Amino acid sequence: MTTPALPRRRRAKSTRQLTAGRGVYVVLGVAVLLSLFPLYWTLVAASRSNTEIHRMPPVLLPGGRLWHNITQVFAQTDLRLAMVNSLIVATTVTVSVVLTSTLGGFAFAKLRFRGRGPLLASVVATMMVPTQLGIIPLYIMMANWFHWADHLQALIVPAAANAFGLFFMRQYLIGAVPDELLDAGRMDGCTTRGLVWHVVLPAARPAMSVLGMLTFMAAWNDFYWPKVVMTQQNPTVQLTLSELASGYIKDYSLVLTGALVASAPVLVAFLLMGRQIIDGIMQGATKG
Amino acid sequence: MAASTAAARGARAPARTAGHRWHRLDRTVSPYLYLSPFFVVFGVFGLFPMLYTGYVSFTAWRADRPGSEGQWVGLENYRKLLDDPFFWNAVKNTLGIGVLATVPQLLLALGLAHLLNYRMRGRTLMRLGVLLPNVTSVAAVTLIFVQLFGRDFGMVNWFLSLFGVDHIDWQAGTLSSWSAIAAIVTWRWTGYNALLYLAAMQSVPFELYEAAALDGASRWRQFRSITIPMLRPTILFTVIVSTIGALQLFGEPMLFSQQQDPTTGGSQHQFQTLALYSYNQFWGRFKYGYGAAISWAMFLLIVLVAVVNFLAARRMRGAE
Repeated sequence: MTTPALPRRRRAKSTRQLTAGRGVYVVLGVAVLLSLFPLYWTLVAASRSNTEIHRMPPVLLPGGRLWHNITQVFAQTDLRLAMVNSLIVATTVTVSVVLTSTLGGFAFAKLRFRGRGPLLASVVATMMVPTQLGIIPLYIMMANWFHWADHLQALIVPAAANAFGLFFMRQYLIGAVPDELLDAGRMDGCTTRGLVWHVVLPAARPAMSVLGMLTFMAAWNDFYWPKVVMTQQNPTVQLTLSELASGYIKDYSLVLTGALVASAPVLVAFLLMGRQIIDGIMQGATKG
Repeated sequence: MAASTAAARGARAPARTAGHRWHRLDRTVSPYLYLSPFFVVFGVFGLFPMLYTGYVSFTAWRADRPGSEGQWVGLENYRKLLDDPFFWNAVKNTLGIGVLATVPQLLLALGLAHLLNYRMRGRTLMRLGVLLPNVTSVAAVTLIFVQLFGRDFGMVNWFLSLFGVDHIDWQAGTLSSWSAIAAIVTWRWTGYNALLYLAAMQSVPFELYEAAALDGASRWRQFRSITIPMLRPTILFTVIVSTIGALQLFGEPMLFSQQQDPTTGGSQHQFQTLALYSYNQFWGRFKYGYGAAISWAMFLLIVLVAVVNFLAARRMRGAE
């Protein structure tokens, strides 16, 4: 009679959550449908002609012009250059943010030093300050002082480290790296750099990949600052996309093809890493 | 480091103290070294421009007027601001869109989180589904919604026409344009906030619900008297973060506009937000000083709204 013990324990645990009834599935199903529909519609519109998507009642199934529309968008705009630019910017920013956040987060989480409390508080405070407050001087600095306007470094350098990443990695590393392991490393004569290399980086890998994902998406999707500091001569994907939609006569099937192409990299990344991203967001929420 | 270990192999006793010193130095300096990239980047590209915005807002700097760069005018820009109908219009639009874009969004997120908290099949798929809108860009999403909100051939108007509603020109009206922009923001952020609430809900001790159920409290009563109070820190966090985001709206109103100059925010400036107006003044009209004053006014408005939210949340706690 040992078997009943197991289900009972499992049941005791599972009563923490109520089991979903049919109504819950229906409402959630509608919510998911509403979340997916605009993207599905983008795919439909991107695979049809402009006249087809202006039919009433609307067509709801994809057509056969996707490839044709994609080649059209690439032929009519600088999307190729824009994608290369965005890829360079997003990748560089991601590598830099992940590295600086991991090192800084480790310092805040596990190292003892003078001024740690106030410094951490100042990092959290900077997260609350709207980015737009400094945008005009930032542009003046880039254009008149550094002569970086319309160059990719104007997008990369200001984004090379941020408060969110630092705080995110700190929250993760507090729990992920046992103090005993660090102390043992110290006893064996390990330098701080050695601890980072042998203890912190291996332990931080899951959080680093989530932060990397979030950073890449944010850099890829950024619109405001590129709009201010870059021109259509050297655009990012989002700028080319907005240019595509600014013509007098809009070919909406091409505009939405552009939206689809511009979103494709982040959508693919999300499908590959969605589960980890959800875990990362939710863990940050309970600790923060 | 390599040098000190090589020295340690050569002569033991003195090298050990050198090693000790190295270790001490390593332990005091490393934390600052690791934090320096953030503080350098923030200092140069965050803090300095912010303070500089304050200075610029006290000058008559116009990019098209050489020599106006250092012209100190004191509070002149701010005085002009108070008499500027376009500024007050932008304040009204920013607050109006802000309310429409945050209140329904957070209420929906709360309900969604509650449902996601049920035990069910396909829970990961459901969560992925509601988070997906958040990974798409403002530009892409807005352009998609512009098409969906199209007057003659948009899916939204077609759907409404099934219920006898006449075609709405979403860009033309004040309330209609605010609602459409708010819908874009809501679509992008509801799932994200729902996940934050869900995480907080999962850390509420189950015993609380058990005790309440024993006392005969209904589900709704439990939700109101246990879930909501336990979620207050998370709610406060999301309210403040989404308020800050909503009061800075730029890309959505800009790309939603079908005017030749998208920074006007519609034919009658009916959805020109503060961020858009500031951009319009400094980028389109070269008024650096005036644009900077608008930026600071926007910042003060954000602080004001955040403080009001915070106090309201505090009172909510006091009332219970």
